[in-house]
Amino acid sequence: MGRRNIITILLFLLPAFFYLSFLFIYPFLYGLNLSLTDEKGNFTLENFIRFFSDPWDANTIWITLKIAIPATLLSILIAIPLAYYMRHGVRGEKFVTLLLILPITLGSVFIAEGMLTYMGPNGWLNKLLMFLRITDKPVKLTHNYWGVLIALIIQGFPFVFLMLLGYISGIDPNLEKAASVLGANRWHIFWKVILPLWLPGITMAMSLNFVMNFTVFPSAVLLGQPSGPTRVISISAFQWAFEKFNFHMSSAVAIIMGIVELIFILIVMFIRQGLYRGSTVAGKG
Amino acid sequence: MKRMGLSKALFWFTIIVYSFNILGIILTVVLNSLSKEWYGELFPKIFTFEWYAYMAREHDLPQLLYATFIVAISVALIALIIGLPTAYVLARYDFRLKNVILSFLLLPMLIPPMTYGIPLAALLYKLRLATKLSGVILANLVPVVPYVTLILTPFIEQIDISYESAARILGANRFQTFFKVLLPLIIPGIFTSALLSIVRTIAMFELTFLVAGPKSQTVVVALYYDAYAAGTRPPQAIDALAVVYFLITMTFLVIALRFASPTQFVYRGK
Repeated sequence: MGRRNIITILLFLLPAFFYLSFLFIYPFLYGLNLSLTDEKGNFTLENFIRFFSDPWDANTIWITLKIAIPATLLSILIAIPLAYYMRHGVRGEKFVTLLLILPITLGSVFIAEGMLTYMGPNGWLNKLLMFLRITDKPVKLTHNYWGVLIALIIQGFPFVFLMLLGYISGIDPNLEKAASVLGANRWHIFWKVILPLWLPGITMAMSLNFVMNFTVFPSAVLLGQPSGPTRVISISAFQWAFEKFNFHMSSAVAIIMGIVELIFILIVMFIRQGLYRGSTVAGKG
Repeated sequence: MKRMGLSKALFWFTIIVYSFNILGIILTVVLNSLSKEWYGELFPKIFTFEWYAYMAREHDLPQLLYATFIVAISVALIALIIGLPTAYVLARYDFRLKNVILSFLLLPMLIPPMTYGIPLAALLYKLRLATKLSGVILANLVPVVPYVTLILTPFIEQIDISYESAARILGANRFQTFFKVLLPLIIPGIFTSALLSIVRTIAMFELTFLVAGPKSQTVVVALYYDAYAAGTRPPQAIDALAVVYFLITMTFLVIALRFASPTQFVYRGK
């Protein structure tokens, strides 16, 4: 590579370099440093010990996992068959995509505000459920666990679906035809041809969706019980920062949040590798 | 054939249930904001605009809109200035460390704002930039710069490199080639990424919420505070602000969709 090329590359990457260092890497290191020091700036693990020894804070991890894991699994399980069905395109595809873009664009605050009335005791959803005789008295879907779970699925499902669709549309349709010519039935085509190729996309969508669900904030406050069953980890981080004005503690909570996300992604990757190895072995047998 | 019919029915059933709820949520907000009162009935009986007047009195609406647009537009412009040369390098050159740079660029898009937002807010408060518009702009840049870069890269890749070679042979230097030849050709890409990032910033709650002050909060943050303190004002007035927010996002969504394909909204890399 010519010297002039190297100079061009370096010059053109300079703005991105400044952006990454000052807005991303430095704040991260700054937060890490805050989480590992006390008010005087001395090194300490006290912030982390404090988080884990107080059940009011430590429990937020379980509370959040109890919301985030079902929300992720449900979004993925609904999205997989739908994206699989749509893999070669369907009529009205653009319309469907547009509908799914809507909640993504509107964002969690608007959706949560709308859900408060829509799913409330006098809302349309309960009216419909009662009209269809699915229930005889209004189901409580706001200011509790279910409200937050539904909000996460409404927000997360379009993301997962569109990502899975993007991934599966990229799989060469000839593979499917070849398998079918060789005598594979639908079931085999899905399990032995599509799924192994789709798995990287599925694990990616799952990890991103979980990470998003794990940091839920506005939905948990507006639609849940933020001082009880839906006191998620973001609420704890926020309160340490802006109600108790302790950025050392809030940074520690943010670091813990990041570590849990990382652990989940590692577990998903680990399972995926296990599955992949399993299927190749089965193929050889 | 029968099985095909079943999966088709299931597919459309799910899509219809989902859309029914989404449209129900939106329509509830709109109707509620326009209703005098709405408790048990299927539809409100008396319609009124008074909640909009109430909402405009309670909030400094011009200030709110001003902050929202200043933040969204500044973020889009600055992100373009950073993202355009980066995308150019990613599209046109192959070099060691390219993948390292790419993964570093992906990180701010993949890590949720709440995780890096807290340390970032701590830093911006320390630097006395938080609560100011500049602080809100800086915070919002974090996820938008990679987003813009990744949208622009394929636009540049699809421009035939021979235009640039020709300009180079005719004696243009690298910067002239970039600004006079390439830039005009990727105007559609620039529009697309700018509009998509504006839509994104208007809807970005977490980062703005963490660093904004009373003078620098955007519509979505004001809406959150309203909904949070729900008891203090009538729900119709909160929904009136929600409708204002809805109209802004929808306007930009419609404009953006003229340039962008819907799937670009969820662009998150592979």
